[in-house]
Amino acid sequence: MLTALITFGILAAVIGLVLGYAAIRFHVESDPVVDQIDALLPQTQCGQCTYAGCRPYAEAMAAGEADINQCPPGGASTILALADLLGVDPKPLNPEHGEHSEKTVVTIDEQVCIGCTLCIQACPVDAILGAAKQMHTVIASECTGCDLCIPPCPVECIHVVPVKTTLHNWIWPLPETPPREVTAHG
Amino acid sequence: MADSGASFKRRQQPASFGRLHTFHGGLQLPGHCEVTAALPVSSAGIPPILVLPLQQHIGAPAECRVRPGDHVCKGQTIATAPGPISVPVHASSSGTVIAVEKRPVPHPSGLQAECIVIETDGRDSRQQADHAAIDYRHTEPAGLCELIQQAGIVGLGGAGFPTRVKLCNRSQRIELLLINAVECEPYISCDNRLLQERAAEVVEGVRILRHTVQPDVCIIAIEDHMPAAEQALRAALDAVNEPDISVTRVPDIYPSGGERQLIKILTGREVPSQGYPADIGIICQNVGTAAAVYDAVVRRQPLLSRIVTVTGDGVAQPQNMDVLLGTPVSHLIATAGGYTEDVERLLIGGPMMGYTAHTDSVPVIKTSNCVLAVTREEMPAPPPAQPCIRCAKCTDVCPAELLPQQLYWYARSNNYDAAQDYELFDCIECGCCAYVCPSHIPLVQYYRHAKAEIWTQEIQKKVSDTARSRHEAKQQRLARIKQERAERMSRKKQALSGDSGNKDAKQAAIQAALDRVKHKQKLAGTVPKNIDNLTVEQQRLIDAADRRRQQQHPGNKTTD
Repeated sequence: MLTALITFGILAAVIGLVLGYAAIRFHVESDPVVDQIDALLPQTQCGQCTYAGCRPYAEAMAAGEADINQCPPGGASTILALADLLGVDPKPLNPEHGEHSEKTVVTIDEQVCIGCTLCIQACPVDAILGAAKQMHTVIASECTGCDLCIPPCPVECIHVVPVKTTLHNWIWPLPETPPREVTAHG
Repeated sequence: MADSGASFKRRQQPASFGRLHTFHGGLQLPGHCEVTAALPVSSAGIPPILVLPLQQHIGAPAECRVRPGDHVCKGQTIATAPGPISVPVHASSSGTVIAVEKRPVPHPSGLQAECIVIETDGRDSRQQADHAAIDYRHTEPAGLCELIQQAGIVGLGGAGFPTRVKLCNRSQRIELLLINAVECEPYISCDNRLLQERAAEVVEGVRILRHTVQPDVCIIAIEDHMPAAEQALRAALDAVNEPDISVTRVPDIYPSGGERQLIKILTGREVPSQGYPADIGIICQNVGTAAAVYDAVVRRQPLLSRIVTVTGDGVAQPQNMDVLLGTPVSHLIATAGGYTEDVERLLIGGPMMGYTAHTDSVPVIKTSNCVLAVTREEMPAPPPAQPCIRCAKCTDVCPAELLPQQLYWYARSNNYDAAQDYELFDCIECGCCAYVCPSHIPLVQYYRHAKAEIWTQEIQKKVSDTARSRHEAKQQRLARIKQERAERMSRKKQALSGDSGNKDAKQAAIQAALDRVKHKQKLAGTVPKNIDNLTVEQQRLIDAADRRRQQQHPGNKTTD
C-alpha cells in the first residue's frame, strides 16, 4: 500500500515537473484560435462588426464576447466556416450589422478631389494614393470595399462601384431549374 | 486494334508502345461528320471586318500595339505577349484598325472583351521584307521555340495553351512526342480534312516538333474512321522516307482524343492528377498545331488562319473552311449558304464540349474548331431534370474514373471541399455523364460552376491575405510614427527642464545659433526683408524692443 502511494507520488511529481517545464519551454505567444478565426474573416477591416478590424473581432470571438454572425462582407459562407471551426450552430447574419452584398470597390472623382488626405488616413489597407493638395486615386486591386473612406471626404467625391464581371471572374451559373430533391414521400 | 497490315510493318512502333490499352468508360457516339469530311476545304475569303480578341489563349492577354487609324499588313504583330505564358496576336489580313474596344468574344458567358477591329482593304498585302525559310535541322531547339512563340502558336485542339511553354519549359526528358489527330467529338472533321489536304505539311511540322523536343519515339495517333486521312498521312511519310514517325489507329470511342485518354490508350500510363503529360515524359500536340508550326518555320508566316468545321442541319451547306482568325461567325454562315429555316441554336465547338453562342457576331479565334448550327430535331432541348436515382451510369462512362454522382451531390450543396476530395479538378468536362444520365441532369454545368466557385474562393483568399498584411503594415507604421513622436517630445522636454543652473551654457548655445544665422546671411548677402521701408511708428517700436532686450540681457546685440 505505502509502496504504491510513494511510487505514484513520485511519478506524479516527475510528470508534473516535465509538463510544467514543457508549458514554459514551448509556450505559444498568440492564441492559435484567434489566428484560425482571423484566417476565415474577409479582411475588409470595415468595422461593421463593431470591432476595430478583423483581428479584434477574431479576438472577441475567441474570448466568447462576440457572435459569429456579425460580418456582413463575409456573409453566409463565412458564418458557416466559423461555425464549423468553433463547433457551434450556424445562424443567419445579424441584420444590425448590415446586409451581405456583392463585392464593391470605391473610385475617387478626380475632378472633384481637393487633396485633403482624409481618405488616405481612413483607409485601413493603404489603398489610396496621394499627397496633400495633390489628386488622390484608389488602387482598385487593393481596395477591400470597406467604404471607411466615404464619411471623412469633405467634398463627397468618393463613389462605390460594383466589381465588373470579366472573363476572368465570371462564374458558370448553376442550371436554372435544379432537379427536385428526393424525399421520403416524393 | 494496332497496325497489323503487312505493308505497314516497317513502321511498327518500338516495343514499349506496341500494345494499345483502353481507358475507363467513354461512349460510342454517332459521327455526323461524313458530309463535311468528304468535301474539300473551301476558303472563307476576306471578311469586311476582322475582330481579333487580345486573349485567344490560356494565360495573360496580349498587349495591344496599334491604335485606331493605323494601317496594318497581313502578318503584322498587332499585340505582343506581356509574359512567358502568353502569345502575340497578328493581323490576319491587311487593312486599317478602326477600333480597339470591347466586343463579344466566343466565351460561354457571352461577355465582351478587348478586341482589335480591322477594316480589311481586300488586298491582303504582306509586309515588305518576308523572311527566308529556315532549315530547322540546323537550328537550335531554343531558336525554333522562339519562332513558334513569335508566330503566336497555341494548341489548336481546343485548350489554346501556348505551344512554346509546352515544348520548352520542362526539365524532364521526353520519351514520346504524341501528335493528336483523334477527332473523337461528333460533327468535327477539320483535322481529318487537314490531313487529307495538307499531309505533307503536317509531316514536315511534326518533324520540326520532333527536332525541337528530341523525343525517343514519335507517334501520330489517328482515329479508326479516318481511312482517307490515314492514307494521305502514310503516303506523305513514305514520300519523305520517314520510318521513325509511326501512325497508330485508335478506336473510335469518345473521348479518345482527350490528351489524358489518348496517352492512356497508347502507353497505358496515367498523367498524374493536377500534373502535365511532360511529368511522365510525354508531349502531346494537336495535328493542326503541327501544320501551324510548319507555316511558322518553313513559310515564315505566323498563325493567321485555321480550318473550321461549319456544320449542323441549321446551315445550308455544311463544310470545312479555311478561315482567317477574327472572321465573324456570321460571315462563315453566310459563306456556307446561310441558316436553314428551322435553325434553333448556334454552338461554338462540338455538341459535347461546345457552348451556346449568344450572338453570331463573335469571331473565329485560334481555338475555334467548329461552328455548329443545330435544328430542334437534331438537338432537342433537354427535358426537365429529374432527381438523381443513383443508377451509376455516369460512373460507368466517366473516362477520368471519377464518381460523377458524388461530385454532383457536393457541387449542388456547395460542399466544395468534399468535391475536391472527390477530385473535381480531374474532370475533363467531356459530357459523357450528362449524355447518359436517365434523369437528364446537366451534370457538367454543376462541375463547371463548382470549379469556378473554388477558383474564386482561392483568389478571394489571396486578396484577403494581402489585405491583412497591408492592414498590419499600416498599423505598424502608425505605431512607429507615434513612438517616434513621443520620443522626440520627451527629448525636448528633457532638454527644456534639464539643469536649470546651467543657464550660461544655454545662453551660449542660443548665441551660437544666432551667430550662425548672421554669418550665413552675410555670406549670402541677404538682409531681413521685413525691415525695409519702415514707418516711423514701426521703427520706434523696434527700438523700444531692442532697449528692453538690452536691459534684460546686456550681452546681446540689437536688431540691425
